[in-house]
Amino acid sequence: MQQGLYSPEMEHDNCGIGFVAHLKGEKSHSIIRQGLETLENMTHRGAEGADSKTGDGAGILIQVPRDFYLMQGYAIPHEGQFGTGLVFFPQDKNAAKACEDILMQIIAEEGVDFIGFREVPTDNSILGDISRAAEPVIRQIMLGGKELNQDVLERKLYIIRKRAEKQIASSGIRQKNFFYLPSLSTKVLIYKGMLTSEQLREYFLDLQDKRLESAIALVHSRFSTNTFPSWDLAQPFRMLAHNGEINTVKGNRFWMAARESILKSDNLGDLSKIYPVIEPDKSDSASLDNVLEFLVMSGKSLPYAMSILIPESWNEKNPISRELKAFYQYHSTFMEPWDGPASLLFSDGRYIGGTLDRNGLRPSRYVITRNDIMVMGSEVGVQTFPPEEIREKGRLRPGKLLLVDTKEGTIKYDPELKKELASEYPYIDWIKENMVSLEKIETGQKAPVGLGNAYSNYENTFNYSSEDIEKIILPMATTAKEPTGSMGNDAPPAVLSEKPYRLFNYFKQLFAQVTNPAIDPIREELVMTLTGYLGSTQTNLLETHPDHVKLVKFKTPVVSNTTFELIKRLSYKGFASTTIPMLFKASEGAGGLERAVDGICKAAEKAVDEGKNYIILSDRGISAEQAPIPSLMAVSAVHHHLINTRKRMQIDIVVESAEPREVMHFALLFGYGASIINPYMCFATIEKLVKENKMQMDYDRAEWNFMHAVEKGLLKILSKMGISTLRSYRAAQIFEAIGIDKSIINKYFEGTHSRIGGIGMEELTREILMPHQQAFFPEPLASPLTEGIYHYRKHGELHAWNPESISLLQWATRNKDYSKYKEYSAIVDRDTKLPGFLRGMLEYKKNPIDIEKVEPVENIMKRFVTGAMSYGSISREAHEALAIAMNRIGGRSNTGEGGEDPVRFKPFENGDSARSKIKQVASGRFGVTTEYLVNADEIQIKISQGAKPGEGGQLPGHKVDQIIAKTRYSIPGITLISPPPHHDIYSIEDLAQLIFDLKNVNPDARVSVKLVSETGVGTIAAGVAKASADLITISGAEGGTGASPNSSIKHAGLPLEMGLTETQQILVMNNLRKKVVLQADGQIKNGRDVIMAALMGAEEFGFATAALIVLGCVMMRKCHLNTCPVGVATQDPELRKRFNGSADYVETYFRFIAEEIREHLAELGFEKFEDIVGRADLLTRDEQVSNWKIKNLDLSPLLYMPEEAKTNALRWQQPQEHKIADILDRELISKAAPAIDHGEKVTIQLPIRNTDRTTGAMLSGQIAKKYGAEGLPDGTIKCRFSGSAGQSFGAFLSRGMEFHLEGDTNDYLGKGLSGGRIIVVPPPGSTFESHKNIIIGNTVLYGATRGEAFISGMAGERFAVRNSGATAVVEGVGDHGCEYMTGGRVVVLGEIGRNFAAGMSGGIAYVLNETGNVDYYCNMGMVELSLLEEQSDVRELTELISKHYEHTGSLIAEKILSEMHLYIPKFLKVIPFEYKKVLQEEKLAELNKRISEVEKDVEHISSD
Amino acid sequence: MADPKGFMKVARKNAGNRPIHERTSDYSEVEQTLNSEDRALQASRCMDCGIPFCQWGCPVDNLIPEWNEKLYKGDWKAAIDLLHSTNNFPEFTGRICPAPCEHSCVLNIGEEPVTIRENEVAIVEKAFAEGYIKPSPPKQRSGKTVAVIGSGPAGMAAADLLNKAGHTVTLFEKDEKPGGLLRYGIPDFKLNKYTIDRRIRLMEEEGVVVKCNMQIGRDITVQELISSFDAVCLTIGAMQPRDLPVPGRDLDGVHFAMEFLGQQNRIVSGTEVPYDERIIAKDRHVLVIGGGDTGSDCVGTSIRQKAKSVTQIEILPKPPEKRTSDNPWPYYGKILKTSTSHEEGCERRWNISTVKFNGLQQRVISADIEQVEWELVNGSYAMKPVPGTQETIQADLVLLSMGFVHPVLEGLVTDMGLDLSERKNIRVGKNHQTNVENVFAAGDAITGASLVVNAIASGRRVAKSVHNYLAEK
Repeated sequence: MQQGLYSPEMEHDNCGIGFVAHLKGEKSHSIIRQGLETLENMTHRGAEGADSKTGDGAGILIQVPRDFYLMQGYAIPHEGQFGTGLVFFPQDKNAAKACEDILMQIIAEEGVDFIGFREVPTDNSILGDISRAAEPVIRQIMLGGKELNQDVLERKLYIIRKRAEKQIASSGIRQKNFFYLPSLSTKVLIYKGMLTSEQLREYFLDLQDKRLESAIALVHSRFSTNTFPSWDLAQPFRMLAHNGEINTVKGNRFWMAARESILKSDNLGDLSKIYPVIEPDKSDSASLDNVLEFLVMSGKSLPYAMSILIPESWNEKNPISRELKAFYQYHSTFMEPWDGPASLLFSDGRYIGGTLDRNGLRPSRYVITRNDIMVMGSEVGVQTFPPEEIREKGRLRPGKLLLVDTKEGTIKYDPELKKELASEYPYIDWIKENMVSLEKIETGQKAPVGLGNAYSNYENTFNYSSEDIEKIILPMATTAKEPTGSMGNDAPPAVLSEKPYRLFNYFKQLFAQVTNPAIDPIREELVMTLTGYLGSTQTNLLETHPDHVKLVKFKTPVVSNTTFELIKRLSYKGFASTTIPMLFKASEGAGGLERAVDGICKAAEKAVDEGKNYIILSDRGISAEQAPIPSLMAVSAVHHHLINTRKRMQIDIVVESAEPREVMHFALLFGYGASIINPYMCFATIEKLVKENKMQMDYDRAEWNFMHAVEKGLLKILSKMGISTLRSYRAAQIFEAIGIDKSIINKYFEGTHSRIGGIGMEELTREILMPHQQAFFPEPLASPLTEGIYHYRKHGELHAWNPESISLLQWATRNKDYSKYKEYSAIVDRDTKLPGFLRGMLEYKKNPIDIEKVEPVENIMKRFVTGAMSYGSISREAHEALAIAMNRIGGRSNTGEGGEDPVRFKPFENGDSARSKIKQVASGRFGVTTEYLVNADEIQIKISQGAKPGEGGQLPGHKVDQIIAKTRYSIPGITLISPPPHHDIYSIEDLAQLIFDLKNVNPDARVSVKLVSETGVGTIAAGVAKASADLITISGAEGGTGASPNSSIKHAGLPLEMGLTETQQILVMNNLRKKVVLQADGQIKNGRDVIMAALMGAEEFGFATAALIVLGCVMMRKCHLNTCPVGVATQDPELRKRFNGSADYVETYFRFIAEEIREHLAELGFEKFEDIVGRADLLTRDEQVSNWKIKNLDLSPLLYMPEEAKTNALRWQQPQEHKIADILDRELISKAAPAIDHGEKVTIQLPIRNTDRTTGAMLSGQIAKKYGAEGLPDGTIKCRFSGSAGQSFGAFLSRGMEFHLEGDTNDYLGKGLSGGRIIVVPPPGSTFESHKNIIIGNTVLYGATRGEAFISGMAGERFAVRNSGATAVVEGVGDHGCEYMTGGRVVVLGEIGRNFAAGMSGGIAYVLNETGNVDYYCNMGMVELSLLEEQSDVRELTELISKHYEHTGSLIAEKILSEMHLYIPKFLKVIPFEYKKVLQEEKLAELNKRISEVEKDVEHISSD
Repeated sequence: MADPKGFMKVARKNAGNRPIHERTSDYSEVEQTLNSEDRALQASRCMDCGIPFCQWGCPVDNLIPEWNEKLYKGDWKAAIDLLHSTNNFPEFTGRICPAPCEHSCVLNIGEEPVTIRENEVAIVEKAFAEGYIKPSPPKQRSGKTVAVIGSGPAGMAAADLLNKAGHTVTLFEKDEKPGGLLRYGIPDFKLNKYTIDRRIRLMEEEGVVVKCNMQIGRDITVQELISSFDAVCLTIGAMQPRDLPVPGRDLDGVHFAMEFLGQQNRIVSGTEVPYDERIIAKDRHVLVIGGGDTGSDCVGTSIRQKAKSVTQIEILPKPPEKRTSDNPWPYYGKILKTSTSHEEGCERRWNISTVKFNGLQQRVISADIEQVEWELVNGSYAMKPVPGTQETIQADLVLLSMGFVHPVLEGLVTDMGLDLSERKNIRVGKNHQTNVENVFAAGDAITGASLVVNAIASGRRVAKSVHNYLAEK
């Protein structure tokens, strides 16, 4: 159902999941009741649609309740011979009948007895309108098995279901989409629907019936980005419930389809009956469930299937056995990981269990009671038990399994389960005997690198520009890094340019936003790998066999000529390959190209038939007659052709090409199916550079550097999407195209989005042949074909910011000269229509009115904001000038990610104010204190930024001076790292939580979320709107001012127009548009740009680059070097003196724009700006704008007005419902009034539950408002809680507050702690050992700036992440402890997980090293370990442990303190090098100061 | 990029000029050169701007950041290749270009631009010295012939490029040696004529046929010309000087600047000029009328000839010392320019108009001048005399250097029947084609008098047009 830019496959869902089970399999109704309660206690993790009644979906999986039916008088066969399931039928009676007939016929054919239908009692009066409109007719089918073995019957039911699904889907029955079987099984029964958590019980009356019993209840509530009818997408699915997102699903689906040809199963018989394994058009979770179910049905065990689908990482950083590593390695050769954040619960009716993704990106906590009840869920506290009943509390760990066997009454933990799996076959031996490492094969001789006389032919044919060589290849070969650039991309997309581009340039990287997190490929390298295998010999993966691993293993997929020669000649274990040329006859043009690609596909197929192991696609051998086929096209064409002919699994694709030179090119080739690439032209270029002395190193080193740069760049691109292995990235097609016609996409790039059409074969061929012609038939006086892609060059590629536009804009604003502004604006419009931007191809419909009638500029200027640029990235002068100007005009400026000096919160005497109204909250949380937040009019959560979506940032220590450090609450000289993801947003319900947090701290501020344009951003925006954001910013990828790798600037994200219109359309369709303000930014330069964005749906507008240019920026693109010669983007005091901007200029600029907007409004015929918002119907294609490439571009999807636009609002109309009226803090605030008003001491005592979220933040906000950062005196407000606290307990706690909790907490404890104290202890009566039990959740003390936390128990992953000043004592932490920490102290009196101290640049951690493996678990990239040698360290540690004991009464603390002298040698001090240096310098400075004072004294004495 | 922090570490440093007392006694070049190390440091100041405003400001689109980097790294060969890729004759522009690039240089915001012009000449001279610049005739000949008329910078550039494209080019020059204004207009102390000879020799070695003392219409007919070449390219300059029709204009001792400068240039190059034809400034009070570059050249030449005094007057107001708000960076700065000749000793006056010349025995002895005011009327400035300011100044040699109006029309232009523009320049279409099918024109002849660098740029453009024309023919 494609409507405009909406596409159902872009939908995401995240959720709350859980189960309740009786370990011994005792069935009862209370298990079901507890399951439902569990769900209801996670309501905040689900979401509601615009009607506030329609839920996104909820469901429950229970054991088949045979007795329930017997009691109702149904005559049903014995246990195991009875199967049942709900059936969703169409509302239309005839359609329902038709579906039923098909189902009946299949049941009969499969030889199963039909017993009858049971009418399922439901109450649909409670449903919301959207849900009711899609409500199916629900009946329950009862089937019998005639003495069949239960497993046989179970498989038959599976086959029946698969056949019925397939047959009905391919039928012509109307409303056939209604037909769905949530389950059909002898073991489990699933109730689910488009319901809220509470509605599940109310809707299905069975669930309220006490006779309904089960020993297990697995529940799920869904938070979908959209609210379109989807009863079938509610979970649980047939075997699992999933919280998270599978990032690689596109590739996983393709590979699964490809595998179907080689699968055989004795158990299932004729597999073609059940193919396709994966149901089309379902969610990622549904697809994973399909495969899991298939594997289990074929006879695999649940743990086995889960382990091969979601393997843990098994590199050297993971302490697992060799056998298990071999198990993973063996299976990795034929099953690529389903990669992404995932908390999975699964059950087949007997076993019930859970697992987490390798990175532990979703929470999963459990409690086991002495009465054999186990509760597991996204949160702790969903079921409460008296403390003495609790036997064990724990959490799932990254990549680890846990399984309950309700029949045997046992719990199997990961080590045991995995040991069983690993010891089943001699995987180690199999690998040793069959697999060979490419790196270990002896090479006889080196292959030549140079291309001799042919060099210039290759250089010209493949259009290597001087920029390619000087700005890409040379830096990569010199520094082993991808080059960095600044100030975004203002050149047109390839399709708009008349210049020829490589096909690569038409593709854009997709990246993670909100619904899943990006990964930090540097600091979290432990989960990343590029390892791959070559030489498919795979047969049936359902059979375990040593032949599967007859493979060549390689560590890096980009290979030198020497290695490539080796691969070419490899005859290991009978390997054979074929080389297929990627060339076509230039004289035959487009037809020739098409025939040649067909020929390649045929040749590849033939290679499979001949039993070759891999094919080599090569473009060596170009000549005057033979032109190169785009390597990407050849690879993807072969890949898809072989999938379609079901021959893909038997062969690998190796590419030998002169074409790839940038990291993006490599990523594309892998992303469309290549296994290995030999970029021989890059090597030839490097050799030439070395020979000509253009670089001062030998060739081998330069080659290594280049390959290393590509590898690092690849990891970065993978991690942007949250993908950790190249194996699952391969062919995952995590790209979208812009400007390619459907005919090409459908034939060669199936499944890739390309939404506005574009070039066809003719144009594509012309782009190949232009440089080819120039290479072999050179025009002596011709200008180069492409220049100035990165830096403007006269006569080169168009840049929107060019000497003319910049100088006129500066001239106009400095002299307050409106006529000059109009000259500037005319230049901008001219360039936009070249076209430089998609909007340049559009014109608006005119209906002029008198300009006097149009609302004044003051009203319009309120809609303007300046971009998020931190003080740090730009100079103080520039930052304050922007703020002052925006405050004058009633707009808003943005702090960027760098905090704000509190001095700026107060207005100046002349009435100006340098306070930024928008306070940004980004992943590094720099300077995000309670005081900062309460001084905001708007709080912006930056998810992505245009210049580098999906990436983090880094401010090197040398740029962090005293003042910057102060505003960022860090230490001068210490490097500051912004992680790629927010560590408290791994999914949409996490975002909702953060919005809730911020709204609590400052209820008066709007909370906004900044996203970057990409396909699917509208769907994400809908989710964000449902997460209660007040404002959404859509940034065009072409904008951006920050420093980032060139490949991110150029190749990630879409133009503003596409993301904005998609967002508008989807928000209107869902009727969510009325609830959020929509803001747009990205290369907005003048009045027409604003008008165009408004017609596309935006009502507020961001300006960054333009505002900087007004202040003197001349697009040096050197921001990352701190050498800005105009004092804008630098901290260098000398350079800052050169700043000659002024707030006046900025003010003038915005007045001019607003005036120009009035002129446009008069032309359009509207008096008020708001009336044009979202009026895409007023836009038409400007036929005057055309060139040879854009003639087939179809912009109509951008102009689509959804049907719903007739009734639903097109712009913001009503505030969001934030649900902060009745929270616990209201009570706290009233009870703390004496403290707030008069500073009296108060003590408050309250119970707490997991549904009480963000406790303390609102009260802290009030304190910060009144008392600033200083807060109240220590211990003024003491709160004692008991129970399981919800998420964000103690978030942003101000100084003077102390939270004492008996019980446990969920994730985000002490987030942004701003001076308060938090104490968590197990409840009295607990019998478990505190330091072995999980008491708090993940991501604790994230971005804390000050305060203390004493935790008597273990923490989950990412304890004290990005802590910059808090002190904490804890008794054990999970993975990634103290990650990115920049200050503060952490004491761990227990075990630490993997990757401790990764990216830690400041502060100190003391870790008790009882097991002696701290060095193994520590990421030593930035820190060193030492014993406590200095007395001051011992004193500090002792003091902290004493405090811990004092506050918590911890037994372990007591024990350590009593034998401190024995324990001191067991502690290790973890300290970052940088921090150590700073401390030493401080000490030295102190010493020098003292010395100088002594000298002064001496002087005084002598002068006396 | 050269050195990201170069501009922060190294100050702008000009090579400087020889001492006045020394340089005014000869005609050798005034400007000195830096040693290679200092030159590299100057190059290090180039910031490789995201937008090289210098390149935007440069009429021949010089790839300035690129060659500055090569210069900094000591890769002179790569530097000259880059330089030659946009500019045929960096040795000329490097010496005498007013360097609009430096006006647009981002460092000129702080009035300390990179020494782009000096770097340019340093590269080309080093390249000649090291033998990097060698004749490289085209590998293939197209078989097409082109006549280029006029061997000034535009004609030389057009001939050079067309020859490189494989066409057989004949460059016609009416004077005894090639170079046009480069040779006869610009004094040796600014542009050593050896550089022209060196370049012409190179072009000849690459196959360009240079025919001097050939005036079209006199030595070869227009018809002959058009029929014996596949294309003809007119680069005849704008040699018609602007006259000053005031009483006394016809007195002896009132000369056009070009007569004076051309004569001195011939003498320096060793050409005999009969004494009685000579225009001599020695011991005279010289009045130079016109404040432009030519006037300045007259000043320097007069000083070298040991004039008693030199006065230069200009009818326009004195330009400001610094940029005004309506003439911001990166535009060409309309500010007061003091040339080396001015430094050598002369009085400069502005807002001065010449009323008449007074003579004694048919020879000029003084000039009556008066002050004028400029007023903005209907969007354009109009001049009016200031009453009561008239004065008489001593002047026994008057040099008129008030610019040029258009090409010389009699002869070639008229004979060919070429269309003219309103300003009486040769009218061309956007491909530089005149109304006569295979006749093209470029340089000052189509625009009026302008800079050498503009002439080179125009010559390059016409070459491409002619090449395309020949390719399609």
